[in-house]
Amino acid sequence: MITRKRLAAGVCALVATFATGILPAAGTASAAPQPDGQPAQAAPKVDLVLDVSGSMRTADIDGKSRMAAAKQAFNEVLDSVPQEVQLGIRTLGANYPGEDRKVGCKDTRALYPVGPLNRTEAKTAVATLAPTGWTPIGPALQGAAEDLKGGDATRRIVLITDGEDTCQPLDPCEVARDIAAQGIHLTIDTLGLIPDAKTRAQLTCIAEATGGTYTSVQHTDQLSGKVKQLVDRAADPVAVPVATTGTASCESAPQLKPGLYTDREKFAEHRSYKVDVLPGQELRASASIGMDRQTNPDYGVMLRAVTVHGREIVRGSEAGDGRTDLISTGLRYPKAPADDSDDKTPETVCLQVSNSFSAGPGVKTDPGLPVELAIDVVNGPDHASDVASFGLGRGWWLLGTLALTGLVAGLVWGWISRWRIAVWRTN
Amino acid sequence: MPNTTYPGNQLMRTVRKLAAAGLAGATLTGAALFGAASSALADSPAPSPSASAHDAAPTEAGTAFRTAVAVHQGQQATASASSGDYLYWMFPADAGQRPTVTAKVTLPEAASRHGASTWRLDVYDGLRRRQPCMYGMQSRSAAQDAATVELSCTLRPTVAWADTWSTDPLPGTYYIRLTALSLPDADRGLPFKAEVEPTVLDTGGAHAVDGKLATPLGAKSGVEPDGGWASGRWTDRWLWTVGGGLLAALAGVAGYNLTRGRGRPSRVPRGV
Repeated sequence: MITRKRLAAGVCALVATFATGILPAAGTASAAPQPDGQPAQAAPKVDLVLDVSGSMRTADIDGKSRMAAAKQAFNEVLDSVPQEVQLGIRTLGANYPGEDRKVGCKDTRALYPVGPLNRTEAKTAVATLAPTGWTPIGPALQGAAEDLKGGDATRRIVLITDGEDTCQPLDPCEVARDIAAQGIHLTIDTLGLIPDAKTRAQLTCIAEATGGTYTSVQHTDQLSGKVKQLVDRAADPVAVPVATTGTASCESAPQLKPGLYTDREKFAEHRSYKVDVLPGQELRASASIGMDRQTNPDYGVMLRAVTVHGREIVRGSEAGDGRTDLISTGLRYPKAPADDSDDKTPETVCLQVSNSFSAGPGVKTDPGLPVELAIDVVNGPDHASDVASFGLGRGWWLLGTLALTGLVAGLVWGWISRWRIAVWRTN
Repeated sequence: MPNTTYPGNQLMRTVRKLAAAGLAGATLTGAALFGAASSALADSPAPSPSASAHDAAPTEAGTAFRTAVAVHQGQQATASASSGDYLYWMFPADAGQRPTVTAKVTLPEAASRHGASTWRLDVYDGLRRRQPCMYGMQSRSAAQDAATVELSCTLRPTVAWADTWSTDPLPGTYYIRLTALSLPDADRGLPFKAEVEPTVLDTGGAHAVDGKLATPLGAKSGVEPDGGWASGRWTDRWLWTVGGGLLAALAGVAGYNLTRGRGRPSRVPRGV
């Protein structure tokens, strides 16, 4: 304890001596651990898309009709929407009660526009709804994507329906994938009210196509809880990637700065990007490829760092099988410091992302699979001169060896001095 | 998993804490009061600079690497989700620590399920490279009537530096992904609960290597161990080596004494 006290006093004295000089620097260094150092986030946008088709009359959720359950859930959700979220409500099948399929399949409208929320107005609008018409999910999703256009915020569509799309051939799953491929950071979460197998398959497909989630709803409280969770999730600040388009060869590849990027890559295609690395810096890159549709069960991804002359520097690769949302890999490339410390010529490193996904028959390969690329350039590592830490040893064998060496040295030294005394005495 | 600490690391932590406390103390009280401050700080346990260890445990999970939710070492995170969802968390691990992630899935009601399901826990490093598990049931099947599934994954001990072509675990952010690997189609979207707890075991200097990353992997995610990242200058190898040196010196003296016999030979006259 005494030692520790002394140590503390010593540290304090030392710090106090240097305090004036060091502290301002220390303050600025520790002040900004903000993830990604992003400026204030744009207000996240959420569009709730509610099915108001005739089948919502069915009374099988906690003894009430599906519509009543949805209304109750909406009221609870509207009460708890975070302040910063811009919320809108869109309906499908709410207005046209007739038999004409063509008209029925265009029946979707924005009930409450996406924007700052007036809870009373939104609740009044929801109260007027009555189960009516068809289930045009595809057009409703297109409409919702249109509602959310503009700005750079995160966007989320929450689709609540009790049945599959009745407006084929426009496949809502394809619609969802096309929306996601527009590179507007849009996620679609789907909720099925007492879903049958077809509805489930369709909603799962929509959710997977955009990196969203699918929930099967059996009770009212489950519905409101889930929608609240999804709206809150939209409110969480998140780094928004920038869309880029890689090329097949390195020469024409886009030049990227450290940051987060998205791209689309076709099956078994590779794409290149260029990054500049100064001597003494370390390039860190991660690539992940999302599985947004049904593919063959075995797949892989490879990320390579290649020089402009085509020499491979380092690679990261990963393979897998079975159900997954994405497959990812990464690499580090520390560029050695230049001999001349004034040498600030950057090296252009080409990053190549390739995949070995394959599609079964009948699976659309366009648009490509979503790629997320994270690039960071940091200071290079301290190089190791020895594998062991500072060249130090550890363990009982080390202690034994050192002790034995010491003993032998002591013995030898003792004998030598005895011999010297003896010699001195003889003379 | 107990958070065992080796004496060396404890000492290092004390030193680090004292240094941090000293810095904070000096800022507050200025040069004139440093004597008083130091005694006060030495008597009471130093307040941790980031009181984050006592944050409420997260009750949500992310759905992608970008949205992963931060968990502290030894903290239990919970989440409710729909089966089929991919849940992401992240936690920090420093050099010389061996992380273990345990997860418990409370399955949807047995009555609403239609068959067996398989659950899987994956751990990725800060470069989103999948990390192999040394031990632990990383993937497990649950029978139709099972109530819970428990999974665990123990990573290799993290090292301070590694070759770029190796995937050795490095200090930095680690991502946890929990999902159902396979489940009957009819069971998609049912509500389940998950608990995840990352813990670390300090391995001392056993895996200490020379060299150090300038920045931990995935540093942009903003997670760091309670008390910050290690400086990389401390390793318990200093203690072993210094201890060995001392032992050698003692043994040297002992060896020398052995050759001298018991004290000064009697036949040597006094004063020579």
